[in-house]
Order: sequence, then C-alpha cells, then structure tokens
Amino acid sequence: MPRIAPISEAVGHSVERHGARPSHLVQILREVQAELRCLPGPALDELARALRTPRVRVESAASFYHFFHSQSHGAYEILFSDNIIDQMLGKREMMQYLCKLLWLQPGKLSEDGLVFVESTSDIGMGDQGPAALVNGHVLPSLDESRLELVAGLIRDQKPLARWPRMLFEVADNVRKAGPLLGQAFEPGSALRKVLEQGAERTLAELDASNLRGRGGAGFKTAVKWASCRRAQGSEKHVVCNADEGEPGTFKDRVLLQSHADLVFEGMTLAARVIGASHGMVYLRGEYLYLLEQLEAVLARRRKDGLLGKGILGEQGFDFDIEIHLGAGAYICGEESALIESLEGRPGKPRNRPPYPDTFGYLGQPTGVNNVETFACAAKIAVHGGAWFVGMGTPASTGSKLMSVSGDVKRPGVYEYPFGVSVKQVLSDCGAGNAQAVQVGGPSGTCVSWREFDRRICFEDVPTAGAFMVFSRDRDMFEVARNFAHFFAHESCGFCTPCRVGTSLLRNHMDKLAAGKGSAYDMVQMKRLMHIMLTMSHCGLGHTAANPVVQTMEKFPDAYERRLRNLDFEPAFDLDGALQTARLITGRDDEWAHIVSKQP
Amino acid sequence: MSGAGAFTLDGMAIAYREGETIMEAATEAGVYIPHLCHQPGFKPHGSCKLCTVSINGRNGAACTVRAQDGMTVLNNTPELNDSRRALTEMLFVEGNHICPACEKSGECQLQAVGYFVGMMTPRFDHFFPARDLDASHPEVLLDRNRCILCELCVRASRDMDGKDVFAIGGRGIRSRLIVNSPTGLLADTNLSAKDKAVAVCPVGAILVKRRAYETPIGRRLYDRQPISEVALEEAKTLKGKGHG
Repeated sequence: MPRIAPISEAVGHSVERHGARPSHLVQILREVQAELRCLPGPALDELARALRTPRVRVESAASFYHFFHSQSHGAYEILFSDNIIDQMLGKREMMQYLCKLLWLQPGKLSEDGLVFVESTSDIGMGDQGPAALVNGHVLPSLDESRLELVAGLIRDQKPLARWPRMLFEVADNVRKAGPLLGQAFEPGSALRKVLEQGAERTLAELDASNLRGRGGAGFKTAVKWASCRRAQGSEKHVVCNADEGEPGTFKDRVLLQSHADLVFEGMTLAARVIGASHGMVYLRGEYLYLLEQLEAVLARRRKDGLLGKGILGEQGFDFDIEIHLGAGAYICGEESALIESLEGRPGKPRNRPPYPDTFGYLGQPTGVNNVETFACAAKIAVHGGAWFVGMGTPASTGSKLMSVSGDVKRPGVYEYPFGVSVKQVLSDCGAGNAQAVQVGGPSGTCVSWREFDRRICFEDVPTAGAFMVFSRDRDMFEVARNFAHFFAHESCGFCTPCRVGTSLLRNHMDKLAAGKGSAYDMVQMKRLMHIMLTMSHCGLGHTAANPVVQTMEKFPDAYERRLRNLDFEPAFDLDGALQTARLITGRDDEWAHIVSKQP
Repeated sequence: MSGAGAFTLDGMAIAYREGETIMEAATEAGVYIPHLCHQPGFKPHGSCKLCTVSINGRNGAACTVRAQDGMTVLNNTPELNDSRRALTEMLFVEGNHICPACEKSGECQLQAVGYFVGMMTPRFDHFFPARDLDASHPEVLLDRNRCILCELCVRASRDMDGKDVFAIGGRGIRSRLIVNSPTGLLADTNLSAKDKAVAVCPVGAILVKRRAYETPIGRRLYDRQPISEVALEEAKTLKGKGHG
C-alpha cells in the first residue's frame, strides 16, 4: 500500500500551493484528503491555523460536500452512480457483486482498511453505465468481468496508475452531430473576430443570435454579458459552470472531453466583452478524469497566445483560466451556490438580488455561463447572429445537445435544432416501447407517451440536456422515488421548506413503496409539494417535488395500486420497532415478529 | 438615510426609507410578519422562510427583499398563513422539541410563533433524529435537539461577539450546529454566557445554566403578550437605542 503522508506535510504542501488563500479551501480540502484518505480532526486544526481562519468554518465546508469524509475510506474508495438509469442497467447487482468479491458491506470500510464501496449521485455516465468512481476516477460500462478484474487489482493492491487503461476509457458516444459537435473549429478564430470587429459589435451579434443559457434557465446571454460589462468592479471574472450534476445529463462531459478549445474560446471571448481578466472553470468532482487533459489544453492555448498576457498580441487583452473542482454537491450547479463554493464555503445559494453579473465571485462582477453556452457564443462570434437564428425556433434559436439514456438502442449525445419533437428523438435513438421521457432531469418535465408530439424548446419543454427514456416495462413510481431520494440527499439544508420537505417527501414515497400508503399520504404529499414550490429559497426546492407531482398526475395507477387503505395508514412500523430487540437477542423466528393483518 | 417611498402591504400604504427591507418597513409601521431567523439589527438571512410574502404576485422573504416604490405586498392571506403553519410544523418534526418540559417554554419564539399561526399539532410524521447534547461548558448548555438552524448564534458570534464560535456543519436534513473547537465541545471554545450568541437563541437550544424555570407559568414573556406584539415592541426598543 502506498505511504500516507503526515498531516502537517499534506496540509503544508497544499496550503502553500494555493498561496494560503481561504477562498481555495474546497480545493485544499480535496488535495489534503487525497493525501490522507480522509479529513481527520487534526487536519482541520492544522488547516485552520495555516489559513488563519476559524476552525469551525473549515469544518463547515469539510462536512458539507459528499466526497469529503472524516474517517478513512481506505486505499480504494469505489462509489457507484445511483441514478435510476444506472439502476436500470444493473447498478444494484453490480455493486452487490463487487461487495461479494471483496467480502464487504456497502458503506463500511473493509476489515483490512483497504477498500470502501458506496453509492453516490449520478456521475454523468448514463450512456455507459452502470458506472462508478474509484478514488474519483470514472470506471464506465461495468459488468461482471470488469468487476472481477477490479477486485483482483484491489486485492493485489495495484496502484491506480498501473490499472489497465481500458477500464477508464470514457466514450463520447456522439450519435448525431450539428454545428457544435460536427463542424471543425479553429482555435483563435473567434478571438481574432472579436479583435477585428470590437466587443460592442460582438455583443450586438450575440444579442441578434438570441442565444439563451443552456444550463436550463434560458436567460438571454447577451443581456447577462452586457450587464456585466456595464458593472463597476476592481476585477471582473468569467466562470464556466461545468458542474453538470442534473441526473441523466452528460453532454458537457463530451464538450469538455473533445471540444475544450471551443469552451475556453467562449470564455475568453466573454472576458473580452465584459472586461474580465480572470476565469474559472467549476468542474464537477465526478469529472476529475478530465482535469489533466483540460490543463493540457489550457497550457497549449497559453503557448499559442490564446491565453495569458496580451492575447493574440493585443495590448491589454489579459486573461487566464484556472480549474476548480467540485466535491460532490448537486446544489453547486446553482450559480450563486457555485460561487460560494469557489470562495471556499459550503455551496448554499445566496440571497438574490444582487445577481452575479454585478456581485459575484469575491463580490465582483462575474459572468457565469454553462459549458454549452460558451461553446455556442464562440461559434456565434465566428459565424454571426443571423447564422444562429437560422436554426431552431424564434424563441429558442440554435441547436441543443441532448444526453439520451435509458431504454434506447443508441444512448449518447444528440445535437438537434431546437424545436425537435420528443417523438423524433425517440425514433432516432431507437426507443421502440417508450412509456415516458424525463426531459431536463429530475427537476425537469416528465413527458408521457400521450405527449410525444411535444417539442424540445423553451416555448414547450425546456431542457438543460437530459433525455431519460423509460419503456412500458418500467414502474414510473420507482423512477419518481429514485428522484425523491436524490433531492433529499442533495438539498443544501439552508431553508426550511426544502431541507425538511425533501426528506418528508422521500419518507412518504418509501412508505408507499413498502405497501403502507393511504389516501392521506397522497394528500400530505400534495400539500408538501405546494409548500416546497412556493416557499423555497432556490430552484432545487422549487422543482424537487416535480417528479412526484408529474408522475402522480400522469401515471396515477402507479400510485393507487400501492395504497393499502383509502383512508389512513400509520407510518409507525410496529414490527420494525422490534428490530433492535431482534438484533440484540439474535432472534428472527416467527414469534419475534408481529405479523400485521392483511387488509 | 436618503430617499423615501411607499408600497402597499395588504392594501395599506407603508412608507420606507431607501435600503430598508419589507420586514423593516412593516415592523416600523406596526405590522408583524412572522419570522424566526430574522432579528432587528442582524444581517438579513432568509432561511426559515416564515416571513414569505407575496411581492407583485411572486413569493419572497420579507426579511431579505428590499422595499421598492409601488410594490404590492400581501402578508396576511389564508394561503400564506397556511404555508407558515406548515413550515412551523416542519421545524417541530425535524427536531426533538419538548415544550412542556423545556426551560425556554413561554419565552420560546418557535412555540410563540406556533401559537400565532394557529398550529394545533404537527401534521407531518416526526423524524425523531438522534442529535447531540453538549453540557460540557460550565455556564452554557447546547441542546441540538431543539435547534432550528436559524443561524442567529452564528451571525451574533461572528458579527457581534467577534468570536466565530458557531457554524452550520453537514448538509440537508443532516445539517447541525457545530462549534469552534478541535474536540467539538462547547467547553473548549471561548464562548461566554454573556455573549450575544447565547442571548439571541430564539429556542431552547442554547441555554444559560442554572437559570431554568425562573419565571412562573402565567408570567412568562409570551404568557403575557403574543409574539406579534412583543416583536414590534422589541424592535422599537432596539431602535430607541440607536440601532435602527
């Protein structure tokens, strides 16, 4: 087994590398944990001292993110992606199989302290699942033979660097390419254009293109950039939101893996337009495997004069990009939570207004956009606004990348002009027997087979990119229950309605799943949904009940056949309450159970 | 302060000064909007969501949204009051609240708001979470069972006491109050019973030891007056001291 560094050494190196800036706390915690395999109390003490920040703030951040833990997860930590799509592809069986091979239980460190296996929220591999992370690196397309290989490597204590590369190969799976994925892009071409025609003109083209944010909300990009351009600040920032955490979404992964130049060019273009000198990519922790190659692209762009001081020889055009990694928190996809995380705090959404365009990173004007939005902006700079308007619909111009997964023959990324019908996508990806499509992920829209003529665009069914297909053999209640668990796990806990509401909703769904539901539960769930929708602090809470609301409405049978009693059924489980006693006495015979009467 | 304007609150014209929140302007005008994480003189926070009002048709927290000219704000509506009751119930079920035995009973804002919004019983299932109690400090008891995560102590300790004794750790339903010491114990922090962070706790989570049940039932703060009146009077007193 590789040596574990002493705490002071691990902390010292990382703090020094980050110039002892408390704003880099999340990055520092990541690095220290990678060295120590966990974040023990003494490491937090040391960090607080070195960063001259109260220990309680260090602990607050260290305990917020799912990927941080105070107890060791051993030399090999394996986290299985737990989205419904991975489950449909056999996640549960695969996880069980690996646990059997290694003689361990999920969520418990092995006796020899070597390996730890657990579930995690979707890791963005819906097209090649079931997938897992080993020490943060993606293992896609898992099957029994691959897991046998993995178990062998772990037993032999082979360092990750010497594992066969094929285990880590992530395919792009581009099934349909359009202007973003299909046409070649010459690095620097968009920047030359902005230098030639000026920032004002570029902004005017962007305005004419009617480009709207690809992260889901659809806010007009030109308006955001113009506001940020006007805003006063000592240093402006450009932030690329690459925290692609919405379950079922993986299109940014492909852009970053194979079209990073396009994304970085879009960011540099934004910097020129708004007058920023500093850029950051917030890369979700699950995409750690992309870090090295992205750094290589940044290095090449610096060498080619596309980043750094005096870009393309233009005096005063200074801009560079650094990459920050997330640490397992869906909420950080919300732009103000993302900025909090970039500043080294728990990712909890801020009170808005003010918005990031005037008050963002370190209180300075900050342009935050999705990966795909930056890619589109770079293309628009080269080809002009009119070219972009030529695709899509009036209110949804251009193309949209969709991450197609689930019960389809050809899962992967599809690029369509906006306005494409759900039916068309289903036919292209080979979904013969679809019952429903979850468009835009759990927080999006559940489109039932009755509505397959609906179109993907801001006017009808908006999306950040997920397109999860469920055949008629699937139980839509279980789909909604998986999403309810996801939101309860990912709620940041800041506001009452979301913190408590997501857990209450999950509990009701579990009660129904256990066959103990009643009509009263349905009433309670509807009441909860209304409160979460109207009282929550941010989009997570507003949309967290969507999957339950929509499946209840569109697939009422899936719920009704689970109701034991049409009136009331208590949540308290009399038999379950005896479980502790059974464990203590080692009994599990008939007389140690209370058999509840059948209805 | 410069600038002035007016908005309507449940049809009544409310004057405000530039920069004031809806909560501040309403309080000054003698209108109580239920709240728990807000206290006059504190940095607006907006997490309990009890003070949610309808602003030009969209919901927002009165304690964080700034008043603007011509806003139409609705506060006392059946729908908002019902949601506030539900939020109060949520706060009750996520913790372990023991009103009949609690030292804070009668002086507790959660309990008093419960009465104000007409809560009879929490209609949601209780979580009965396992939460830690910390009695290590010689003068102060910290009972996380009764904490509602309002972060008033966090803000008071950081912004007023200059100590950073408290923060919120964890995430989601597992969020918990953590303290600034390597042992995780209150005794190993520099908290004093005289700190604002102690006095500000609206519930029975942070209690000064050996001071329990000093006031007989019937004469306690909220026995004498409902929270809707107490809150307005306290804001007025604070303003008299020059905090307004």
